[in-house]
Amino acid sequence: MEKKTTSRREFLTAGILAGLATGCSVKKNPFEGYAPGDIQPTGETIKLLSVDGEVIEMDKAFLKPVPDLPVMTNSQERHGIPGKKFVMVIDLSRCKNVGACRRACNHAHQLNPGQNWIKVLDMKEAEHTAPYWQPTTCMHCDEPPCVKVCPVDATFKRQDGIVLIDSNRCVGCRFCMAACPYSTRVFNWQEPILSEEVAEQHYSCETSIPQKKGTVSKCDFCPDMARKGELPHCVTACPNGVFFFGDMNEDSVTNGAETFRFTELIKDKSGYRLMEDLGTKPSVYYLPPVNRNFPFESGLDTAGTASKIDQPHN
Amino acid sequence: MEKSFHLTSDQITRDLLPQKFGLRGKIWTASLVVICLIGTFAYYRQLRYGLVVTNMRDYVSWGIYISNFVFFVAISLVGSLITAVLRLADVHWATPLTRIAEIIAVSAIVFASIIIIVDMGRPERFTNLFLHGRIQSPIMWDVIVISTYFFISCLLLYLPLLPDLKILLAFKEKSGKLLNRLYRFQGSFWKGSDAQFRVSDRAIYILCVIIIPVAFCIHTVTSWLFATTYRPGWDSTNFGAYFISGAFLVGAGAVVVAMYVFRNAYHLKSYITEKHFEKMGRIVVLLALLYLYFNVNEYLVPAFKMKKPEAEHLRQLFTGEYSIMFWFAVLTGMIIPILILVFKKGRRPLPMFIAGIMIVVGAWFKRYLIVTPTLLHPFLPMQDVPQSYHTYFPSWEEWAIAIGSLAGALLVITFFARIYPIIPIQETITENETVTENKD
Repeated sequence: MEKKTTSRREFLTAGILAGLATGCSVKKNPFEGYAPGDIQPTGETIKLLSVDGEVIEMDKAFLKPVPDLPVMTNSQERHGIPGKKFVMVIDLSRCKNVGACRRACNHAHQLNPGQNWIKVLDMKEAEHTAPYWQPTTCMHCDEPPCVKVCPVDATFKRQDGIVLIDSNRCVGCRFCMAACPYSTRVFNWQEPILSEEVAEQHYSCETSIPQKKGTVSKCDFCPDMARKGELPHCVTACPNGVFFFGDMNEDSVTNGAETFRFTELIKDKSGYRLMEDLGTKPSVYYLPPVNRNFPFESGLDTAGTASKIDQPHN
Repeated sequence: MEKSFHLTSDQITRDLLPQKFGLRGKIWTASLVVICLIGTFAYYRQLRYGLVVTNMRDYVSWGIYISNFVFFVAISLVGSLITAVLRLADVHWATPLTRIAEIIAVSAIVFASIIIIVDMGRPERFTNLFLHGRIQSPIMWDVIVISTYFFISCLLLYLPLLPDLKILLAFKEKSGKLLNRLYRFQGSFWKGSDAQFRVSDRAIYILCVIIIPVAFCIHTVTSWLFATTYRPGWDSTNFGAYFISGAFLVGAGAVVVAMYVFRNAYHLKSYITEKHFEKMGRIVVLLALLYLYFNVNEYLVPAFKMKKPEAEHLRQLFTGEYSIMFWFAVLTGMIIPILILVFKKGRRPLPMFIAGIMIVVGAWFKRYLIVTPTLLHPFLPMQDVPQSYHTYFPSWEEWAIAIGSLAGALLVITFFARIYPIIPIQETITENETVTENKD
């Protein structure tokens, strides 16, 4: 399953980049002159659609992802995508704690060891109630307590419902971490370990890359993917289709394979939100763990894998 | 007290002029400087490597820096109590204590601001608070009221100092060239004319009126940094009053300690008399009872209900991991000082000094207990994080910086007492004259 996803993504990337690919080099600037000596052909070829409409075949080594252009301005990023109201539905009856969501998220956002924006929690409400696995993301509340307390507008609520962090503005007071009842926020206690390529990228609130020392970060609902019309990384990575993502205005959510009317799904399966009594109005809905696809115990093997990572050290 | 009435103005001036450090004073100052330097080195490491040098992590994201901050803000409230409340109430016995209280207030509020900057992940972005400040954040309220309080406290320290600067300038030979230049810079315009005294008295009166609501604001807003969140242990409507009563208590305790130390170090037995201790003792016992009352409200009411999120937190405090510290803070911070000070024999200088120390130490740990255990009891279970995130004990850097800031505050007070008369000379003389006149 996972393999399939990868090849699909590769194909998509290839399609988008087809027009640019021929002129690209491995140099950081995609528009810099092409130096054939720099690249060793791998022998693996890939089929592309050229600008003239012909199908051409070329070596994989010559493909190079280019930065998404044009770059958003900070005020555009703070405004959000017009006309959208993003929502997520997490179906607890499908989760068996595979952890693929967390891995994909950590990789996509270049998180350091010990940092997890998605936490898959081993939940049990009371002694005699059933245990279940609960993936926890940022709730992107409509009444976000974190935004209320931020003294510098570094964390903000967008028109499309997403709560983001501007790491270029965050002063690192961590009031938002104390305010968040879902404990969703993580802090960069030290200089993040990043590859040179990532570290030199232009920072964007939408990609949350590169992470910055002394600032707060958290799940961002992948608005960069939404702009491209794609799903967040956790949604595509989950082999069991636990995560549904969509737009409340369109009243539809999808996990990539299945698409539902959001209101009907919530009504039929008795969707609920976490800590409703606090009045935070989350944008993440949960479907209760009934008629489960997997027994709870089947997730125990992978439990705690994310906690075994060493803490950041001095 | 009786003795001081018969003092002449010359005698008072001679006794109260700032004195050079003796051997003990030098050792004291040197050790404070060393502690501060160690703290500075620890902060250098923190700047270089990031907050990773602390043991704060994603769950306990506020540690002893913040509890130290609360402690400093609390202690600084005493300036308004002794200077403003007692001055407005026309309580004359407190005159010799006003400057002690006010310098404690100023130095504590300065170090409160410093320690909050130390706690920031990006201190170099401090200016963002002014460039991008948003007024609905309790942090902004704190910035506003703390800076207001700082300026009013400085003025309340400075204005009553003016007549004393004139006296200091009259004794040029006693202070060095450098100090004279400082005195001249600060107070050469003060001629001591009736008109000047009228303006100054009026200004002091107005400042005393203003500082009381501002003082209430600084600590209420500081308590709201916690109370505006949902966390069990912080989510309380009692917090403002609870913090303020605790602040008056620790501040009064600190004044008692300072009274005792200055009295012995500078031989001020005829100025800070047993009567002063007796009266301060009554104030302290009242404040301790008041704080105890708010503690009962704060802990017993939720403990009666034992709501699920609160229950684990309270259990940790009463019988769990934090129980030793909790009961230590309650006993030494409130119960034992009350037991000492309700008795007349307990309100003598030495037992008062011991009670004062207990109050201050108990209060520091109380602040730690307010901040940390709450953060270890989030609503959702602590999972998918490294094991070390589940506990918190400050690292040596945190201890060094926290202790360094405490030493820094003491250093400011020490230097102030070296440069300026710690007991207002002019006011003591005036008081002395009026009392003598009234007697005649």
